[in-house]
Amino acid sequence: MMEAFEQPAESPEAVRPLGRAIVITSGKGGVGKTTTTANVGTALAARGAKVVLVDADVGLRNLDIVLGLESRVKFHLLDVLEEKATLDEALIRDKRSESLYLLAAAQTREKEDVDTGLMKALVETLRARFDYVLIDCPAGIEMGFKNAVAGAQHAIIVCTPEVSAVRDADRVVGLLPNDWRPELIVNRLRPLLVKKGKMLSVDDVNGILRLPLLGVIADEPNVIVATNRGEPLALDALSETGAAYRAIAAKIAGEDVPAPEVRPASTGIFSKLGSLFGKRG
Amino acid sequence: MIDFFNKFFRPLPPSGATAKERLRLVLLSDHLSLAPDVVESLKRDLLAVISRYVEIDPAHADVTFERRDHDVAMLASIPITGVRRPGYDESPEPTPPPAPRPVRYDASSASAPASGGVAVATKAQAPSAPVSMELPMAAEPAPAPPVAVVPSGSDETPPKSAATSAAHRRRRRRRKANAAAKRNAQAQDDPPMNASAQA
Amino acid sequence: MSGRRIVVTSGKGGVGKTTTTVNVGAALAKRGHRVVLVDTDIGLRNLDLVLGVEKRIVFDIVEVIEGRCQLRQALIKDKRFESLSMLPAAQTREKEAVTEEQMKAVIVELAESADFVLIDCPAGIEHGFRSAVAGASEAIVVTTPEVSAIRDADRVVGKLHALRMPMRVIVNRVRPDMVRSGEMMSVDDVCDILSAELLGIVPDDEEVIDTTNRGEPIVLDDSKRLATIYDKIARRLGGELVPFSNLDEPGFFGRLKTLWKVG
Repeated sequence: MMEAFEQPAESPEAVRPLGRAIVITSGKGGVGKTTTTANVGTALAARGAKVVLVDADVGLRNLDIVLGLESRVKFHLLDVLEEKATLDEALIRDKRSESLYLLAAAQTREKEDVDTGLMKALVETLRARFDYVLIDCPAGIEMGFKNAVAGAQHAIIVCTPEVSAVRDADRVVGLLPNDWRPELIVNRLRPLLVKKGKMLSVDDVNGILRLPLLGVIADEPNVIVATNRGEPLALDALSETGAAYRAIAAKIAGEDVPAPEVRPASTGIFSKLGSLFGKRG
Repeated sequence: MIDFFNKFFRPLPPSGATAKERLRLVLLSDHLSLAPDVVESLKRDLLAVISRYVEIDPAHADVTFERRDHDVAMLASIPITGVRRPGYDESPEPTPPPAPRPVRYDASSASAPASGGVAVATKAQAPSAPVSMELPMAAEPAPAPPVAVVPSGSDETPPKSAATSAAHRRRRRRRKANAAAKRNAQAQDDPPMNASAQA
Repeated sequence: MSGRRIVVTSGKGGVGKTTTTVNVGAALAKRGHRVVLVDTDIGLRNLDLVLGVEKRIVFDIVEVIEGRCQLRQALIKDKRFESLSMLPAAQTREKEAVTEEQMKAVIVELAESADFVLIDCPAGIEHGFRSAVAGASEAIVVTTPEVSAIRDADRVVGKLHALRMPMRVIVNRVRPDMVRSGEMMSVDDVCDILSAELLGIVPDDEEVIDTTNRGEPIVLDDSKRLATIYDKIARRLGGELVPFSNLDEPGFFGRLKTLWKVG
């Protein structure tokens, strides 16, 4: 059963240290998991790392379209798991980054079709070939989530400064293995609204979640434009969002990056959050 | 400010139109893969149409859809086993004239030719070269594009004049006779000891 | 005659299903209809939060189905809209705790004493989606003018077609300035791609975040632009032919212009 996953005969692969497998998750849908996966992956590859992005959103795949690779998908994750295609046949090289690859999700299958054990084995195989395995997790906490988490050793939680998102992120953190130390990216911050007291601040969000902060990304209409084109902003030297993702990639790679700027916290209307969640120990 | 720089250094067409076009193609591709029954019907109808012109091997026919950068294409690979011609119900390949064979009557060896010296006519087999067709797909249902079929095998054209028609009728009679002889010969288990030679 | 059972779905998460459910429901209730909102996102409930009733939850839909309480005990009556109530989802259970038939039974029962039952569907197209749809006789598909959202909505539209379920589309978070500059697909583009009938156009509005944070449906405040829009949607649902807002009105555009100031 493992034959399809075996590495090609280039022996240098066998002695490289295992790459890191990181799942990008959130609970709530639409907060920017896929955009984050695409951009962080692109930024890591731009630094020379070998990166594979795995779309675990079976049935509703979107990582391919965010990367502009939708026309190149021939085989997908389930094809590999079910040995209808080899990993090499399914891996799609990015248009722009030489060391960035995509393993697309199946579009016409269901999340329940993925065998957790096989998924774990696949991630292990990918770790042997890549420096980073980034797994784009679907919304929710059901089978799709469980399979995306299987095989990963680390998680990035993406959360927007909205009560529903924070609540869902909190739930997800509780479902991850106890020994994991997930890190937080706060996405779609609107500093002006935070100042007016109409939006949660980063402190408000992390006051509940209490996670190491990996990055803060301001809301930017260019994200929509970038997805329209299939060109991640991490490649755009002039984009603030791109810069934020590049900083996140640097931090993941172990660089000493200054702490993301945290806007002054707002108070008052968000005291109810405390009662909603209680403080997690 | 950032937008200004972006537009200045990278004047690109508005992304909304790009997005719409990409979506159109990706959804076309999604819809095709989500409708296996439609694809099956398409394949059946396609093979039925093609087999009006050529003989095919439906068991090894394959119809797939391929997503390319600017369109979705249908790829059909259909093995062709023969070419049909209007008005003929047998292989159009004429049988070669029977080769003259020395007849040997040897009581000790039973090696007389089974069919009495007549060359056995076999149905000409065109090599099973698959035919590949590429048909780009439009988003809206379009009238069926013309099918370009490249038959493998010989290049004969149907007869046009009365004289040649008569020649073809003679050839057809001979072919029928040969085929009948072949069937007779194959029905016998042993070659006849007293096969009479035909001049 | 029992009420209409409408599922609010999208495929993609985060496009505004819950916000739509709450505000359309509230707008209908404001017009005097008896409305019940049902949260079917078991495990990740949020309807209670957006409606602002999270502190008053005693029982949830799973407990109703498991017979541990009566349906009326689990229903929470809204204090601001007389004829509005909601049935919360369970937070610590999984969607598989409820079958499609069980979900349908609850919704049909609710429809016996309501004019509208709005079913807030979870993201995705798995079991949770199927259960939510099982109880419905018509659908509202919510999408935004973005590639991923439309692709997922298309998948949902396909599934609803297969079920022969009547459906209409709400295009949410439209940014008229971006549509005008060509950097965002238009509402026409969206409906074209989905081949679906339009129910409403809701522009992107910073007020939504604020009202969601407070748990106060935006339709509470008649002066808000979105309150009018949700009211129009409610009227269209009732069968009225209401023209769509002209998103190029100067006031509109002017207000939205301030959204993207660097802060």
